[in-house]
Amino acid sequence: MTSDLAALPPGLILIVGALLVPLVRGAARHALVLGLPLAALAHIWWLPADAVATLSFLGYELEPLRMTAIGRLFATIFAVMAFAGGLFALLQARTVELAAALAYAGAAIGVALAGDLITVFICWELMALGSALVIWSAATPAAYRASMRYLLIHLLGGVVLMLGIVGHVMETGSVAFEAMRADGPAHWLILAGFLLNAGAPPLSAWIPDAYPEGSPSGTVFLSAFTTKTAVYVLWVGFAGTQALVWVGLYMIFYGIIYALLENDMRRILAYSIVNQVGFMVAGIGIGTEMALNGAAAHAFTHIIYKALLLMSAGAVLYQTGRRKCSDLGGLFQSMPVTTVCGIVGALAISSFPLTSGFVSKSMISQAAADQQLALVWFLLAAASAGVFLHAGIKFPWFVFFQKDSGLRPADPPRNMQLAMILFAALCIGLGAYPAPLYAILPYPVEYVPYTLDHVVFQLQLLLFAGLAFFVMLPALARTLTISLDVDWIYRRALPLAWRRLVEPPLAALKRLERGLLEFWPGLIGAWIGRGGPFGLLGRQWSIGAVVTWVALLLLGYLVIDLLLT
Amino acid sequence: MSTRRRKQTRHRLTRPETIRKLWIAFIAVLALTLAPNFFMHPHAAFGVDGTFGFGAWFGFGACVALIVFAKLLGILLKRRDTYYDE
Repeated sequence: MTSDLAALPPGLILIVGALLVPLVRGAARHALVLGLPLAALAHIWWLPADAVATLSFLGYELEPLRMTAIGRLFATIFAVMAFAGGLFALLQARTVELAAALAYAGAAIGVALAGDLITVFICWELMALGSALVIWSAATPAAYRASMRYLLIHLLGGVVLMLGIVGHVMETGSVAFEAMRADGPAHWLILAGFLLNAGAPPLSAWIPDAYPEGSPSGTVFLSAFTTKTAVYVLWVGFAGTQALVWVGLYMIFYGIIYALLENDMRRILAYSIVNQVGFMVAGIGIGTEMALNGAAAHAFTHIIYKALLLMSAGAVLYQTGRRKCSDLGGLFQSMPVTTVCGIVGALAISSFPLTSGFVSKSMISQAAADQQLALVWFLLAAASAGVFLHAGIKFPWFVFFQKDSGLRPADPPRNMQLAMILFAALCIGLGAYPAPLYAILPYPVEYVPYTLDHVVFQLQLLLFAGLAFFVMLPALARTLTISLDVDWIYRRALPLAWRRLVEPPLAALKRLERGLLEFWPGLIGAWIGRGGPFGLLGRQWSIGAVVTWVALLLLGYLVIDLLLT
Repeated sequence: MSTRRRKQTRHRLTRPETIRKLWIAFIAVLALTLAPNFFMHPHAAFGVDGTFGFGAWFGFGACVALIVFAKLLGILLKRRDTYYDE
């Protein structure tokens, strides 16, 4: 009994359980949606710290379960996220969304606890399907189109990853998922497949394209799993790969700049996912124990505060049906719980002292300082101010304050409020008392976040960023615009090129074919002399003549064959 | 549940005199964050970061630069939000 349970990967609890969700209703469904993540969480912590389960498959020794400290950290936060997201979605989301989200979370946990690349790949593809279904279940035409674009990008990423894995297995003979170096085509492909899911350049645009099209609760789930499993696999596979520092920094500033230009509140938050994952990717690139602890801790805290921010945005969307900052404003007057929770999330993403972001992000900056990476450190500091600018103030200011939109929506239903309050409490709790988080990080933590120096520096940085925001407010006035990105290539340029360059020749070919079909018989008839049933090609031939011709042909083959050998 | 109820009374947070007081409080807090620099001796890792009120001027400058850069890029990249709707 015990040995059977010890071999059960926790992700399977959610994946199999998700299939039961559509079969039951009412209290039984509520129990499943909330109970399955808790059961998975309990199982993750019940398993011994060195638990391994193996399985033979096509001659490979798979490890669907290999417990590691880093894997447990990610699996834990994925399970916590599935619970809070389930609570937020419980009474409002469609059945397909609830089931898909649970399977999606289960696949993410599957990646975090996988010991081999084949299991990673299977869970990776399962995540792509689950998340596309979550987007799709918003049931709008825009969401459907976005889910198809999303799926295409991720299936492309899956193919790239698969090619890399095949190459890796052929080179090393091992399917184990371990640290590797970006030292050849196979590993470059694996790295590219991982980075695509992290939202790295050039294909970052799928995040702000697809995620904001989810339902109010769907986007909350989407924000957590795909990008953070990518952080996890980069952490395990490519820690210390220097190029990642620059990829991460690019993502950080890309997110800030695009979010500053954006008008849709959920797209602002989607850009800021790229920005925050950039901090983690940069930390993984620095690769010291401090940096890796920081990247892992930041993934943990980020999932909570980004989900919280998207819950508050989702609550606003659910109550008002509006997403654009230019339509919103003044909501603090009638949505106090949502406003306070949104502000807590905004402070946490900005790494305000006493919030969870402060105790995690600062470890990455500290690692850059320890390694004397001056440029990286100054850019990270500038970016920290920029985070407050684009997410910390811009989101709450334009949604809950600025002008009075005249809208007076109430706070959302009780289950949504509870989910927000739970995550807001975690943001402050982990910020004020980070010891439990530090205790489950993969390396021993000697870092002390709350020094006078550091708190004063951070307060100056953020509050003066706030001053810059309000001084420059006229320059930040919202416009009814989107900003072009790399997705322009596959949403505009390629379809246009197809219509202009490929379709005209195709149409011409079609016309030529039709013309030939009409004129061809006449042409042949004229060439042979007489077509029809009594022409050269139409009349019956005697068997003797046919046999003679076949014999001559075979003789020809024989001669050629003799000459060639 | 009435979602549209045009302003009957102005919330006290939105009155001009409150906003003026909020600005005064904000500036006071800004000054307060600079105060420790007078007695604290900073642990600079790179030199410049030990200058007086480094976080303040660097944070402010970085944000102004980011906003200006975003505005300039916006000239090139911004399109109407119905651009992809066809």
